[in-house]
Amino acid sequence: MLTITFLKAFLVGGAICFAGQMIINLTHLTNGKLLVLFLVAGAILEGFGLYSKLIEFAGAGASVPISGFGCTLVKGAVEATREEGVLGALTGGLSKCALGIATAIVSGYIIALIFRPHTKKN
Amino acid sequence: MSYYKNRTLVFKNSYIAEGYTVAGPKENDGRYKGCFDLSLSDDMFGEKTFEKAERRMFEHAINGAIAKANLTIDHIDAVFGGDLLNQIVSCAFAMRNVHSGFFGLYNACATFVESLILGAGMLNNGLENVLCVSGSHFSTAERQYRYPLELGVLRSPVTQWTATGVGCSVLTSRPQSECPKILKATVGRVVDYEIMDTNNMGAAMAPAAVDTFETFLHDTKSKASDYDIVITGDLGKLGGDIFMDLLGRKGIDISGRYLDCGASLYFDSQQTYQGGSGAACSALVFNSEILNNLNRGKYKKAVLIGTGALMSPTTSFQGESIPAIAHLVQIDRR
Amino acid sequence: MKEPITKSNYKEYVFEVSPKSSHLKNLFWAFTVGGTICAIGQGFIELYKYLGVEAELASALASATLVVITALLTGVGVYDKLGRFAGAGSTIPITGFSNAVVSPALEFRSEGYIYGLGAKMFLIAGPVIVNGVFFSVFIALLVMLFGG
Repeated sequence: MLTITFLKAFLVGGAICFAGQMIINLTHLTNGKLLVLFLVAGAILEGFGLYSKLIEFAGAGASVPISGFGCTLVKGAVEATREEGVLGALTGGLSKCALGIATAIVSGYIIALIFRPHTKKN
Repeated sequence: MSYYKNRTLVFKNSYIAEGYTVAGPKENDGRYKGCFDLSLSDDMFGEKTFEKAERRMFEHAINGAIAKANLTIDHIDAVFGGDLLNQIVSCAFAMRNVHSGFFGLYNACATFVESLILGAGMLNNGLENVLCVSGSHFSTAERQYRYPLELGVLRSPVTQWTATGVGCSVLTSRPQSECPKILKATVGRVVDYEIMDTNNMGAAMAPAAVDTFETFLHDTKSKASDYDIVITGDLGKLGGDIFMDLLGRKGIDISGRYLDCGASLYFDSQQTYQGGSGAACSALVFNSEILNNLNRGKYKKAVLIGTGALMSPTTSFQGESIPAIAHLVQIDRR
Repeated sequence: MKEPITKSNYKEYVFEVSPKSSHLKNLFWAFTVGGTICAIGQGFIELYKYLGVEAELASALASATLVVITALLTGVGVYDKLGRFAGAGSTIPITGFSNAVVSPALEFRSEGYIYGLGAKMFLIAGPVIVNGVFFSVFIALLVMLFGG
């Protein structure tokens, strides 16, 4: 059972990255644009309640890609609007994602204190 | 100084007395290993930031070149130089400790040949000794033009690698011994063939190099076969192939007498894809290998074409294509 | 002699002579690396669930764990090497987001903690937060008005 969970995560996560690489290969999109594209795609799908279903199926395979981040934002915002109305749309998304964003900021800060950028050899 | 036409100049007494090079570790692992005056084992050069390291390379190259030519700083009437950083800070800050006149130049990777043309011209107008200096640093250019060093990105197969190093030439109007002479120059004009891909700078610059070389041959009524070697700055492998092909289609054959500094700087195993680029490229290779060959008599008539892509990240984000320029000097062994 | 190349046909000419990236190789590595990162994420989810964390929080914690690991790999200079061949496989997972936050922080620390590290940390990842928040607010309002 656990093996199948892992296999689903691997296959779905891989497929999402595969799609991203396909877009890079065909359009020469830069990294920043690709990230935003997938984020917005995840957000829109979740607007129709679809992306959560993919996460239920594939677990980390759908939640770890950046589209999962977009989904979480929308999910949080939608849930909060049910409870608090319009105000919830503004507060819900970021509160749901606070863990990820704060972790990235704190670890980025600490890493920058400890390490220096390395020059590249190739 | 006389003119053939408005873009090709002839110099009377502009000589290259000496050349001095400071190269980064990757460059010294390449094809010109051991040719450089100073090779760094660490591209930080003992400094705290890459920008400071680049500046120190400039200071070192300027002082090294003056000493190698048996001169002192008081003999230097003016310095012509530039680099790739915004406001050409590396070169300008290095000049804080050099008490000569300073002309800060920017023509991207064509800066070195631009400085040779302007320096040679000033010698014809009464100056005695001038320095022409140009350089770049991979790690400072990377973050200004592309991404932070630690960002994981897939590199396009058409990219080039910004060379780390500084090259400095001492030009004199009163040579103490036999030395190569800058005889003619063709001033480049900005050419834009609407290439949008900032990775593919070789393709963006090749038409400019063709334009300048063709103008030079036309103005001087000479043929490509009159020259022992035609050298381009940093067209890279792809850009060099395009350059040769475009010339071939115009009936100008340079096969067997063509060298690109960028394409030849590294070995294929160093994974730079199309080879080196950057303001250091032509300055490094010219002031080491090519100057040696001129002095030894292997080349008697050489043409050096510096090529530069004149975009910035701002213009690229605003959707502009890449304008390019190519300056040319003809250098003869006396 | 071959046909002359002019400004009007130069772009097509350059496209023809330029080497193309190996699409199959790129796609293979993007799939494999991306899938592996997600599978590792799944491993953390299972671990946290095993430790008694409820499912949704376990998923968020797993992502945060990947963020921390990537920050460390970026600091020691490993993650950029992964990105050189994995492409989208290392960009699209949350680890790519972390790499995009940490790498400018490292790079611009030399300009100080306020205008360097502080201002430039979201140089690349900023658009993700900005667009994410912007669209999520609108989508939530639309859902409120028309849906569920």
